[in-house]
Amino acid sequence: MKTIANEIDVIISSALDNLDLIQTLTDCITNFMSFDEDSAHWIGMSVRETVTNAIQHGNKLDLSKKVDICFEVMEDRLSISVRDQGSGFNADEIPNPLDADNLLKPSGRGIFYIRTFMDEVEFRPLSQGGMEVHMVKRVSSN
Amino acid sequence: MKIETRTVGDVTILDCSGKITLGEGTMTVRNTVRDILKANGKKIILNLGDVNYIDSSGIGELVSTYTTVTNSGGQLKLLNLTKKIHELLAITKLLTVFQVFENEQAALASFR
Repeated sequence: MKTIANEIDVIISSALDNLDLIQTLTDCITNFMSFDEDSAHWIGMSVRETVTNAIQHGNKLDLSKKVDICFEVMEDRLSISVRDQGSGFNADEIPNPLDADNLLKPSGRGIFYIRTFMDEVEFRPLSQGGMEVHMVKRVSSN
Repeated sequence: MKIETRTVGDVTILDCSGKITLGEGTMTVRNTVRDILKANGKKIILNLGDVNYIDSSGIGELVSTYTTVTNSGGQLKLLNLTKKIHELLAITKLLTVFQVFENEQAALASFR
């Protein structure tokens, strides 16, 4: 696998105002990689959802806690890792939003959308505390 | 996010534009619909044709608004879904919940 650009690592404080900045950066990267319009949109949304979760549910809007977003641009894929400093969660315990009992719940769809639109999604607890969400979108899956 | 409100007979149409995302966008929808219900409006159409971005919180706000309106004895219908909003509603089975229309006349007629 050939790397065509270096890692792009951005660390933000846990403020929701930073979401538009990360969205803009993601759009620049997907444009650089020539993803089609739909794929670029869904990658942007997946990153936004992940960073929203990290800020809101992970770091609980604590401005002293950071969210680290790392993009790895490769010839055949975009790999994104989002790390927070929260207490972590078990992704397997997240209720299925498609269950009849959950259909009218106002929240709980973000991770479902991320899993739908990205090719690979992993949730990893970090040894130093916090959670990492690792996502991959392959260029060939455009 | 911006909402312009107009009425056709006893139906209130909300022409939404911009982004419906966590924070300001979702609050704008919530507060506007709450004001309509307070004024005893019971028939509401959300025109989403000019909504260029929505996140899961925005989708959640549509669901929450639907529940609030229904529980108040009203009806909420969606008009002019963009391709992206349609897809987000479809994959979370929410097209089975909402009544969706592609033109305003049909949406208005559905209340009669």
